[in-house]
Amino acid sequence: MKPYNNKAWWLVLPVFVLVAFSAIIPMMTVVNYSVQDIFDPSTRYFVGTEWYREILSDPRLHDSLVRQFIYSFCVLAIEIPLGIIVALSMPRRGLGVPVSLILLALPLLVPWNVVGTIWQIIGREDIGLYGSLLNGLGIDYNYASSPRDAWITVLIMDVWHWTSLVALLCYSGLRSIPDVYYQAARIDRASAWAVFRYIQLPKLKNVLLIAVMLRFMDSFMIYTEPFVLTGGGPGTATTFLSQTLTQMALGQFDLGRAAAFSLIYFLIILLVTWVFYTAMTHNDDKG
Amino acid sequence: MHVRKSLVMLLYLVFILVPIYWLINMSLKSNQEILGGLTLWPVAPTLDNYRVIFTEPSWYTSYLNSLTYVSMNMAISLLVALPAAYAFSRYRFLGDKHMFFWLLTNRMAPPAVFLLPFFQLYSAVGLFDTPIAVALAHCLFNVPLAVWILEGFMSGVPKEIDETAYIDGYSFPRFFVFIFIPMIRPGIGVTAFFCFMFSWVELLLARTLTSVDAKPIVAQMTRTVSASGIDWGVLAAAGVVALLPGIAVIYFVRNHVAKGFALGRV
Amino acid sequence: MSWMAWTLPTASFFVIIALMLVGMSIWQTVSPGHQRKGFLPISTTRGDRLFIGLLAAAYAHLLALALTGWPLWIVTLVCVAGLIALLKWG
Repeated sequence: MKPYNNKAWWLVLPVFVLVAFSAIIPMMTVVNYSVQDIFDPSTRYFVGTEWYREILSDPRLHDSLVRQFIYSFCVLAIEIPLGIIVALSMPRRGLGVPVSLILLALPLLVPWNVVGTIWQIIGREDIGLYGSLLNGLGIDYNYASSPRDAWITVLIMDVWHWTSLVALLCYSGLRSIPDVYYQAARIDRASAWAVFRYIQLPKLKNVLLIAVMLRFMDSFMIYTEPFVLTGGGPGTATTFLSQTLTQMALGQFDLGRAAAFSLIYFLIILLVTWVFYTAMTHNDDKG
Repeated sequence: MHVRKSLVMLLYLVFILVPIYWLINMSLKSNQEILGGLTLWPVAPTLDNYRVIFTEPSWYTSYLNSLTYVSMNMAISLLVALPAAYAFSRYRFLGDKHMFFWLLTNRMAPPAVFLLPFFQLYSAVGLFDTPIAVALAHCLFNVPLAVWILEGFMSGVPKEIDETAYIDGYSFPRFFVFIFIPMIRPGIGVTAFFCFMFSWVELLLARTLTSVDAKPIVAQMTRTVSASGIDWGVLAAAGVVALLPGIAVIYFVRNHVAKGFALGRV
Repeated sequence: MSWMAWTLPTASFFVIIALMLVGMSIWQTVSPGHQRKGFLPISTTRGDRLFIGLLAAAYAHLLALALTGWPLWIVTLVCVAGLIALLKWG
């Protein structure tokens, strides 16, 4: 049990001040904006909950919210199993280990707009490898004009970009399993599935929770990659929450509506984060 | 069994590497070759695209701008996160869990939510279009992440070490700097790596908080559209150049990267 | 500060939240509360219950705005009652 000592607050204070500056002041401002019609700092009118009422019945919110949830769900459904498979396939020893680690980490280090650029280039039918390959095979593929192709490309791009994170998390979880467990399983002639189900998966529970949380949250705020690749199009096929919000706030400078949108967005994040955090600390308490 | 595993790994690595290869491939071609037809490798390799990046001021200054705010952010994040992580890993205090949760929500919150007030806030304090504005804004998600990772690593250090040091007459600052920090060097390396990574790859805040003087490379890249269309070659070359710092950084932490990715929690 | 566009209602809202936090801290120092299990499915501390109550209140207000035409003060009253109940028995 850790000792109880309120002097520890002094150590946390710098973090608190720094993050408060970047989080609390803006958050207060968003709340203030969300109840007013603002033309400029001196010309503004109190409108109460009008913006909320409007934004809650705004099809832009509904559509991008639905798209966002489907997208995040697809991301998790593909990346978590794939990440586990990749982690299980990691070499155990030898030169292969550091080489695979570094290569796996590569997509994570690519600036997000470059990720967009890479897939923009490789997916084009005239100058891109995949685009021209698919069209050469007789498959009509064009992410700039077909909503379906755009959607699939954005999804594959995300898989390319982030599955490594899940794989590396799982790999580090797997490494913490002592060899004795595997030896015991060999003596018992346990099948590969039994080893996975009863030895590996339980050990992975904690890291998987982190992986699911990070992947859900980060896919829920995705902006840059689709912005570069498709600009949210064709039409609004790949316009997710962050992009709808950015368009409102910076494109149309629609302060009140954007602020109300931000707060609703933030409340969703808050709820989901709380659920994950509770699950995580609950696990820790049980040991 | 063994063969199948290697095959899965190999296929996955190919899946990862082909797009990157394509980027490098394009960066070595001239625009005529890129638009002329599909070639699997540069037929007439040229370094012209890279020459543009390294000679045109708008390109190399934006590259330096990015490096500036990323290093600032890394330094600030580590400096404030180290003591805080120690507090979280060693003590219970009033509201500790709620404080930790609040920090975490900032890591999870979409930057788009804070976009508008950030622009106003940094204009109001006169920091708009400076690297420090971007560095501070990126602290919003990097400081919580740094606290989270460091707390994981620090919890792995036995508490007896602290107690022995205090009995030996070490003051807290002296113990922290000369004994504790050297013990969690891998954790610090990994944390710096993550701060670097998330600051380097971010576009939305970096673009919104700068205009001319502090323009980062990621924003510069979105402006390569000229009268004659997109300059694909230069864009690809800029992408490759933007990849390099990440590769350099991961090389330094390669031995700890596995534990680091579990955020020190294994 | 003018860019923050303060209004009286939002200012009072934040003052109330801040007072709640201060109040909870003082209460915790004077008579420390512990984790316990009430009607909620998980065991919680006082602070957890306050947070759950406030978050639920925010969602309740949004739902009322989206689905009904009720005046909001009714929702607010219900939420305050709910919050007190949650703190006491949650």
